[in-house]
Amino acid sequence: MAKSIDVSDLNIYYGDFLAVEGVTIPIAAKSVTAFIGPSGCGKSSFLRSLNRMHEVIPGARVEGKIIIDGNDLYGAGTDPVAVRREIGMVFQRPNPFPTMSIYENVIAGMRLNAKRMKKSEADDAVEKSLRSANLWAEVEDRLRRPGSSLSGGQQQRLCIARAIAVEPQVLLMDEPCSALDPISTSAIEDLIHDLQHDYTIVIVTHNMQQAARVSETTAFFNLSAVGEPGRLVEYGSTTKIFSNPDNESTEAYISGRFG
Amino acid sequence: MATRTRSEHPPVRRGDRIFSATALGAGILILLILAGVAIFLLVQGVPGITAGRGSLSGRDSFWAYVGPFAFGTVFASIIALVVAVPIAVGIALFISHYAPRRVALALGYIVDLLAAVPSVVFGVWGITVLSPALVPIMQWLEDNAGFLPFFEGPTLTSGRNMFTAGLVLAVMILPIITAICREVFLQTPRLHEEAALALGATRWEMIRMTVFPYGRSGIVSASMLGLGRALGETLAVALVLSGSAIYTFNTLAAENSGTIAANIALQFPEASGTAVNVLIATGLILFVITFAVNYTARKIVDRRSEFSGAN
Ligand SMILES: Nc1ncnc2c1ncn2[C@@H]1O[C@H](COP(=O)(O)OP(=O)(O)OP(=O)(O)O)[C@@H](O)[C@H]1O
Ligand SMILES: [Mg+2]
Repeated sequence: MAKSIDVSDLNIYYGDFLAVEGVTIPIAAKSVTAFIGPSGCGKSSFLRSLNRMHEVIPGARVEGKIIIDGNDLYGAGTDPVAVRREIGMVFQRPNPFPTMSIYENVIAGMRLNAKRMKKSEADDAVEKSLRSANLWAEVEDRLRRPGSSLSGGQQQRLCIARAIAVEPQVLLMDEPCSALDPISTSAIEDLIHDLQHDYTIVIVTHNMQQAARVSETTAFFNLSAVGEPGRLVEYGSTTKIFSNPDNESTEAYISGRFG
Repeated sequence: MATRTRSEHPPVRRGDRIFSATALGAGILILLILAGVAIFLLVQGVPGITAGRGSLSGRDSFWAYVGPFAFGTVFASIIALVVAVPIAVGIALFISHYAPRRVALALGYIVDLLAAVPSVVFGVWGITVLSPALVPIMQWLEDNAGFLPFFEGPTLTSGRNMFTAGLVLAVMILPIITAICREVFLQTPRLHEEAALALGATRWEMIRMTVFPYGRSGIVSASMLGLGRALGETLAVALVLSGSAIYTFNTLAAENSGTIAANIALQFPEASGTAVNVLIATGLILFVITFAVNYTARKIVDRRSEFSGAN
């Protein structure tokens, strides 16, 4: 069910601007991979290129190869819509659909796959997803209220519920906890622990402890200078990166000496 | 901090005060103008409402006189709206979400240009070009959809009937509806469009999930603006249609309901005495209809404002 991802020599462009250069990294199935690095180094851009969300920005494109379980992600025969149904995403900023209720938000993705759903089936999926995202208790009695009536942190958990409701094979999370309190954060981390048995998870985070807590593999991205493209400096098992990284800049970043 | 005072009120900045005074002034001015129009219509119109047979083209009462025109006004406008809104939404969507940048830009200009064409031009175009061109279509509708009251026929050979008038109105209100819808569609937050795409929505599904719901109130407002224009349109209808004081849903035949605005334009030059008051009273009715339409639209928009995305 889970899928491994193989990235080789990936360049990411916004128009003529080369934002990320030469990324080569294998991402193992059924594991959690954390991306860390200073702001603007291209973590979000790279993450978005993994489910072909990068190209929805006008002028944006990528070069290089991404292989997901043997299939070329950017091959001519690959349908980006099908890709995105299997590779879910949680964005850096919460974005529930404001015109839908909480309930509708959660099943929005399922509705795309199956137009007709039994009411009981939908109810179960909504409850299960909201429980996993640690939101159920707070919204149980107001599922028909608009998604935008929630607080920022609740909205982010709603987005997480929406993403996992379709049971994607890969889950990409872009700083999912940056708007959350410690209790919700730890609930999301628990969720990540549970999910990694079945899913491949990639998470971008600015929180070193979080990366250390949830991930098996950590990849460090960096910028050599402003205006220069971001690069993958190194990746490896999280224990190694945090205790004994190969690269000096990794060590400096992790120990908080810059960035 | 020179502006800070020790009074209990928080300090008000000069810019804020000027702005709020201007806004208040503009608001009052609009109300005054509206009240002025309403008072004029009432004072001049009330004698018309109570007028006798002599000034009512042989009708028994004012209501019997204005009824068919009110019906014709609403009927023509609804035809225009039913035709124009789907096309306008389609064009707007094409410009905002499908067309390549350059095509979208050019199309946008063309639509804006269309909005600037004076209505008399549309009227003349309706008579000389559109009505003859539509006759075969009308004939076809009569033959194939004649069981519907709208297409009963027999088709007028000149083509200058309600069908053409409705379509001319549709063309007239198309640009304004398109322009507003386009603006509204472009306002859809990127973030929400991306949320839909990331769930695996196709472009059309994304539009149905985010662009339409988000633009709902905008589409309604745009339609109402278009409807307002269609309701009050004088020249184009007066030129195309020889309306009479009857009620009919048949859009193809020679006998058509006239509209209030066109009737005023046609009758006013020869009217005198109470007949003038009667025409002004019909204007009052038009005013009330337009007001009711806008009010209803507002209600429709408000009903789901919680889900509008504006909060
Ligand atoms: N839509 C865009 N158009 C043009 N350039 C962009 C766009 N989005 C990002 N960039 C540029 O690409 C580079 C990488 O941005 P990205 O958002 O991937 O960084 P990030 O590592 O996620 O940063 P953060 O930690 O602040 O989220 C930056 O230089 C940024 O200015
Ligand atoms: Mg980012």
